Amino acid sequence: MFNVEKIRDDFPILSKNVYGNPLVYLDNAATSQKPRQVIDALVDYYENYNANVHRGVHTLSMEATDKFEEAREKVATFINSESSDLVVWTRNASEGLNLIAYSWGEDNVHEGDEILLTPMEHHSNLVPWQELARRKNAVIKFIPMRENGTLDMDKVDDLITERTVLVSAVHMSNALGTINSVRELGQKAHQQGAKILVDGAQSVPHMPTNVQELDCDFLVFSGHKMLGPTGIGALYVKRDILNTMEPFLMGGEMVLEVSYEEASWADLPMRFEAGTPNIADSIGLGSAVDYLNDLGMENVRTHEKNLTSYALNKFKEADLDGMDLFGPDDPEVRGGVFSFNTVDVHPHDLGTFLDRMGIAVRTGHHCAMPLVRSLGVAATVRASFYLYNTEREVDILVDGVTEALRYFRDGSK
Amino acid sequence: MDQNNIDDIYRDRVILDHCRNPRNTSLIDHFDLTGDAINPFCGDEVHFQIGLKGKNLIERIQFSGDGCAINMASGSLLSEAVTGLTIQEAALLSIRFVESMRKPTGENVGGEFLGELSALISVRNFPVRVKCALLAWSALEDALSERK
Repeated sequence: MFNVEKIRDDFPILSKNVYGNPLVYLDNAATSQKPRQVIDALVDYYENYNANVHRGVHTLSMEATDKFEEAREKVATFINSESSDLVVWTRNASEGLNLIAYSWGEDNVHEGDEILLTPMEHHSNLVPWQELARRKNAVIKFIPMRENGTLDMDKVDDLITERTVLVSAVHMSNALGTINSVRELGQKAHQQGAKILVDGAQSVPHMPTNVQELDCDFLVFSGHKMLGPTGIGALYVKRDILNTMEPFLMGGEMVLEVSYEEASWADLPMRFEAGTPNIADSIGLGSAVDYLNDLGMENVRTHEKNLTSYALNKFKEADLDGMDLFGPDDPEVRGGVFSFNTVDVHPHDLGTFLDRMGIAVRTGHHCAMPLVRSLGVAATVRASFYLYNTEREVDILVDGVTEALRYFRDGSK
Repeated sequence: MDQNNIDDIYRDRVILDHCRNPRNTSLIDHFDLTGDAINPFCGDEVHFQIGLKGKNLIERIQFSGDGCAINMASGSLLSEAVTGLTIQEAALLSIRFVESMRKPTGENVGGEFLGELSALISVRNFPVRVKCALLAWSALEDALSERK
């Protein structure tokens, strides 16, 4: 059973007060909070079996290696990867994207080739491609976006041509909440012989992910947005592609044999993991995956879809003067992300006011500067939800924004 | 809610007045120095154009910007504060203002020299917002550095 109050008891930070008010944490698109189980897994590693992995024959090293590889198995199963050796540990989604842009991109993107992106990409799925395109004289194109913040899929067929080598798309927009049809994009890409990369940083934490069903060539995501620690993320790549990719970082762990002149590479996935890995946080992420599996990702998605629907209605009812809420109004194609702008009250001032009420929201361009500018604003306020948020917290948010607008507008009299 | 605290900045007469009606925003025909500052994390911007009298005296300044109340108030207050100062005096004021803003909350800044700018000192109670008050001063520094 999905019992939010019981879930909240697992998160020590959620009982905190901020300026005398109960914390209402609505900055989950930036990072999620961590349940006791994940914190305990980190402590357990450091207290009971801290050792380096894949070397040494001593007991602790073997135990650490087992737990570390077990965590990889858990993550692989979580996204339904056909095998755990297709899951490469990274620091975060950004590192995964850079790894692909350097390792796969250097060998597979050539002059005149086209890379197709969406206008709602996080900087991490834009800047690495801009730089690759600059190095290779390749071309970046964008799928147009409709007024309601969804992709204009009718235009995609014309945009994917025999020159397209890669379609890279965010599954769920961190700024608008839009859930994109990445499976359909993948089918269209494959028809033209192009690859499909899915940025799952915002989707993997919030809905079931099945890389085989999506038929994606690459998937990247971060651990810290899905109840795990910071500094750990994962990259999935289809075997026939990963096998051909050159290592990105060189050093220990990633080699098979080394002479003074040359080296050969270790098997998958270790050839992409130079140096001592982030052992503790990998194990922590494994524990986060256990937690999510216990709840069931279908249930997580249903809870958030209900919350999204509730919040959309609440904002509509409140009918706040001069407030623009961005993104699609259909909860089926929207995650629990609410970006809005208010005429004459700047997002930072609103954010500071809400903070004094204990409400944590993000203000700014959310690392999607071109997108936010295309909305005609310099910044937005963003409230983003997760599995532990409640309808009551939606009420507190809407009341808080209403009060803030009254406060700032009265100030002008 | 701890409204007293938030009132310190958002109900302050000087800050409210300057963010609602920023001063020195009209275009100036002739300028000698320009300065810009952008906060890439939040998108706030400040731009100055400065017209000198002779080589050294700030005769006119135009402020334009986009951003939160604190950013706009700070840019407007700055534009008034430096009008009529020499470049060296403006640079010194900038150093002293930035130093004052970076002092810990509660520590007396002895800010008589700041005049109306002292209204911004209470922004220190909102540490993440101090950068909003300082952006205009980066733009001033940028303008003055053209002279060095």
